[in-house]
Amino acid sequence: MRIIIAGDGKVGSTLTRKLSAEGHDLTLIDSKQRVLDTSIERYDVMAVNGNCASMEILKQAKVMNADLLIAVTNADEVNLLCCMTAHSLNKNIHTIARIRNPEYSNQVYKMQDVFGLSLSVNPERQAAVEIERLLKYPAFLRRDTFAKGRVEIVELRVDEDSKLCNVALNDLNNIIKCQVLVFAVRRNDSVVTPDGNFVLREGDHIFATASPQTLTLLLKNLGIITHKTKRVILCGGGRVSYYLAQALLKTGITVQLIEKDKDRCIELANELPEACIVHGDASSQHLLQSEGISEADAVITLTGLDEMNMIISLYAKKCGVRQVITKVGHIDNNSIHDSLGLGSIVCPKELCCNNIVRYVRAMENKTGAALTVHNIADGQAEALEFRVDEETLHCGELLKNIKTRKNVLIVSITRGNKTEIPNGDSSFEIGDGIIIVTSGNAVIHQLNDIFEK
Amino acid sequence: MNYKMIGKLMAQIQLLEAVFMVPALIISLYERNISAAISFIISILLIVIITGILRLVCGNTQKRFYAREGMVCVGLSWIMMSIYGCLPFYLSKEIPSFIDALFEIVSGFTTTGASILSNVEGLSKGMLYWRSFSHWLGGMGVLVFLLAVIPTEGKSGGFTMHLLRAESPGPNVGKLVPKMRQTARILYLIYILLTVLDFIFLRIGNMSTFEAVCTALGTAGTGGFGVKNDSIASYSPYLQNVCTVFMLLFGVNFSCYYLLLIKQFKAVFQDEELHLYFGLVLGSIVLIAWNVRDMYGSLGETVRHAAFQVASIITTTGFATTDFDLWPSFSKSILLFLMVIGASAGSTGGGLKCGRALLLIKSLRRNIRQILNPQKVMVVRNNGQMISEKVIENTYAYLVAYVVIVLFSILAISVDGESLTTNISAVIACFNNIGPGFDAVGATCNYSVFGTFSKMVLILDMLAGRLEIFPVLLLFSKSTWVRR
Repeated sequence: MRIIIAGDGKVGSTLTRKLSAEGHDLTLIDSKQRVLDTSIERYDVMAVNGNCASMEILKQAKVMNADLLIAVTNADEVNLLCCMTAHSLNKNIHTIARIRNPEYSNQVYKMQDVFGLSLSVNPERQAAVEIERLLKYPAFLRRDTFAKGRVEIVELRVDEDSKLCNVALNDLNNIIKCQVLVFAVRRNDSVVTPDGNFVLREGDHIFATASPQTLTLLLKNLGIITHKTKRVILCGGGRVSYYLAQALLKTGITVQLIEKDKDRCIELANELPEACIVHGDASSQHLLQSEGISEADAVITLTGLDEMNMIISLYAKKCGVRQVITKVGHIDNNSIHDSLGLGSIVCPKELCCNNIVRYVRAMENKTGAALTVHNIADGQAEALEFRVDEETLHCGELLKNIKTRKNVLIVSITRGNKTEIPNGDSSFEIGDGIIIVTSGNAVIHQLNDIFEK
Repeated sequence: MNYKMIGKLMAQIQLLEAVFMVPALIISLYERNISAAISFIISILLIVIITGILRLVCGNTQKRFYAREGMVCVGLSWIMMSIYGCLPFYLSKEIPSFIDALFEIVSGFTTTGASILSNVEGLSKGMLYWRSFSHWLGGMGVLVFLLAVIPTEGKSGGFTMHLLRAESPGPNVGKLVPKMRQTARILYLIYILLTVLDFIFLRIGNMSTFEAVCTALGTAGTGGFGVKNDSIASYSPYLQNVCTVFMLLFGVNFSCYYLLLIKQFKAVFQDEELHLYFGLVLGSIVLIAWNVRDMYGSLGETVRHAAFQVASIITTTGFATTDFDLWPSFSKSILLFLMVIGASAGSTGGGLKCGRALLLIKSLRRNIRQILNPQKVMVVRNNGQMISEKVIENTYAYLVAYVVIVLFSILAISVDGESLTTNISAVIACFNNIGPGFDAVGATCNYSVFGTFSKMVLILDMLAGRLEIFPVLLLFSKSTWVRR
């Protein structure tokens, strides 16, 4: 597909990496030649230097022939104008704009037709939703939802005192007593697809599929007591904080929000009357103590500086806070975060990228294209959701008789409202939703790609 | 430095060269020239064996590939290609000296067309074909060909940009379409199309098929190896005019042809480099025709010879229809001037390039005005687009490197005791990939007058000129090989 990416910032360049790896024809637009030079050297793309909202530059980027325009500059207004202009030049183009300002996001949704928008993405709101979901089950480092919420993929860390430590996967079911499939384990930065004899060790991250109903059961049997989260401290008063506080307050959770800027505090106090807004430096341990960090159920660090977030998170961990969630802006240094033992990491920009990549894949709209795609373990594995249709091979055959490609695993089959964790005697029928996980570099575009040729 | 990745790429280039030797082998077999055929077979086998070894050693490797690797790869691959390419000449004893054989094939690949042979017609047809084909392959660049044919996996990324930039001439190299593979294919498609057209027009003029193929290949690469001792002189006026037109066409920036293909005629006709290029051609033809008006019989013949020589020199081809060494010195000076300027950027021709000359003139004009208005901020524009200071800086650096290398080369080859005109024109003709110079290396003479050392200097000059200096200079820089 011919795709134009306007804005070669962090999101733009991450999208460039992902989409060029999938073989799309990319043209980048940015007003800074320097960032474009870097992208040209790294990826197989073309670049146009200039203002992406101007007709002239869009024409130079061959907007007439493009299938999709993704506007991810740092200014909402430019993104919107860019999409409008592109739409007026080419009626058939799909457009995606990043809209971050909370004041716009609602009206943009209502005015999508006016702006010629196909999709608007809001990384901060997505991050807030993601954090809220994590707060529901504090033991999981990450949760990804598939099949309209009927299947979950969860990431769990094996601690020293965990019941899972030093257990072979064959014996797993005796301990957890529910239907859960462990399909990937990350140990020291590398991801392996384990077999039955694989023994879990301290520090492993396991990735498993389960239905939402079994999640509570799983945690209970693992001996992880889930406290209901009642009091949350948010450090930093940015957009994520605003969205998150709004959502948490609705569910009756007490929110304490620490923000450095006095004016912003007043703004927030006005917008969030039920929250407790504190004016002060969140990196000050004295302030955190006086706000009762030790008694908080969760601490979420959302300041603009990654380093600051990490340091506050480490301090919160030390104070014995059960759940700590850290927001990071840079996508690259995941392995560093891991070695620090920070707990859950949320990266708004990555969420935004995943969302857009998902849209692009859906647009390709080949028979049996993936419905949703999630990156797992820093992108070392991918989970893809497909719908089984008439074209799918091997319908109705037992899984143990089907040869799939290396590094491909079918991790769940959803039929109607029921989700099954498959074994050798399972099979899939037309209309089923199935989720597969692949590690390695194979790009799976459609369901039939998973079978051995 | 990722040596294994370089090795892997080398293996692919070698294999490509072996494949391209096959037609020459077939021609030799068809001509029943056993010694030529055997020398091609040995060369091909040798390449295949070395490729196999390289493949084994460099089989699995990471795909790390940065500017450093790209530049080294270009420099090394051209040297390596030349060494393999000269094997057939050397093994068949048609060119007995190794350094002569190397000179001949480097002159081929770099599209110079400077020969050390006094009797070209003495070569067998297989060798003649291989000589002319080396022009064609070297003209657009073998790495660009590689980019067009090898499947680039999704994750290979932008490293290919380094290869294109190092091998395509011009100050500001860009892609035509987002995908590198597509860009390389479009370039080669235009190239092949024009070559075939050239061949057809030559055939219409009753040139024999073999000669038409060789002449078309030599014209396309703007090389200049002919199959006859007197180059193009003995062909009919029609054939000479066909050559003139096609030489000029191959000296045009290939992105202009792409713009024509996608029907953006306005952008082509307003291209400033194109104006300069054709302006220089027309101006030179008029001046030379006036200057040599007494030497030829009719006006038509005068213009034909003037046009042919101007086209041949500005596109750095190096064919000749007349001995321009006998022309008055004003005409010779014009030709020397054209030698240095060269063809358009992004064409198969060599030289400084019209695009670069245009940039230099414009930035010089800017600097002069800057002295008068110290506080005025001025930018250099080309086709209405601003040229970044970095590009201008690189162009200055290129000019300095160009002048320094030319001066030192003249100094180096002076040890052979040839005349000053010979030495200066030989270095300029080799460095700008033209071929014939003046005096002892004039249109009717050849480079056999020089000694081994001078030939080696000229070989390096040709490579440096074709690859735009830096990929070759880098190979001799310590910091390329040692990471500090």
